Amino acid sequence: MHESREHLQTLSEIRLLMERSSKFLSLSGLSGVSAGVIALGGAAVVYTRLRTGLFTTIGTYDSRPGNPVNQHDVRQFLVTVAISVLALALASGTYFTVRKARRQGLTVWNQPSKRLLWAMIVPLATGGVFCLALLYYNLIWLSFPATLIFYGLALLNGSKYTLRDVESLAYCEIALGLLSLFWPGYNLLTWAIGFGLLHIAYGLAMYYKYERTPHEERPAGSV
Amino acid sequence: MKNDLLAQFNKAFESKARLSIMSVLMVNDSLSFNALKELLSLTDGNLATHLRALEDAGYVLVQKQFVGRKPNTTYSATPAGQQAFTDHLNALEAFIKNM
Repeated sequence: MHESREHLQTLSEIRLLMERSSKFLSLSGLSGVSAGVIALGGAAVVYTRLRTGLFTTIGTYDSRPGNPVNQHDVRQFLVTVAISVLALALASGTYFTVRKARRQGLTVWNQPSKRLLWAMIVPLATGGVFCLALLYYNLIWLSFPATLIFYGLALLNGSKYTLRDVESLAYCEIALGLLSLFWPGYNLLTWAIGFGLLHIAYGLAMYYKYERTPHEERPAGSV
Repeated sequence: MKNDLLAQFNKAFESKARLSIMSVLMVNDSLSFNALKELLSLTDGNLATHLRALEDAGYVLVQKQFVGRKPNTTYSATPAGQQAFTDHLNALEAFIKNM
């Protein structure tokens, strides 16, 4: 009996090792929550500053001729907000993930995290350049769904190297982005839902699933 | 019956460290010495000894190359090693099911 328990433990350790060595599991749910809050903040700034209303198509009014200043301003403003949101979200996300990895006694910069990063960077950079082209051609409203779609694709690609749950978040982002394509009046709203609410919901779900209950998992392994 | 199953246990995987090394190499194409060390929290000497044993058994392939001037050694599982590992795990599973 004792021997079988020993073998069982060996098997579960092997499974853990295989998962830990091929996937980046230190992604913290709080990273998602903080990114979501920051995105909502960004959306609020855009909403109040442009006074477009949640239901107006951003960029339609500046296609009128004779209004080049306004158009240029909107573009510059949106790019500034987008870059600040991205930088703040990345910084806070990294902070919580590093903190979780430290608590697990793991390093952050390892083979799986490099793989995850690379898997996400290619679609994200493609999306970034794509959006710059859209802005260049004054298709400002189109860049909102485009960020959602490319971000969703990046998550989908990265989900192979991290928690499997990221995959469902990816599908939600892609679906929302595609929906937003045919719903130009609701660009800012769908963007706020995709980057704000979805991140917060996903982050909280992950936090309660993996991080909140370590005391419940412990007795099973340590007997 | 029990002894039959025990006979299928692979001697090369008797130590837990070697089993861990193989399990990590099963899911990664190749890993460096340092990555292995960090993952398994083994000492240099300990890891080197186990790796050599697995290499001698033909289960692990060692590739030495230079990155600039620094030597970089990577390890990967050979097809024979993957087969042996799978067989060993199946034997373990069967053993536990029969208890």
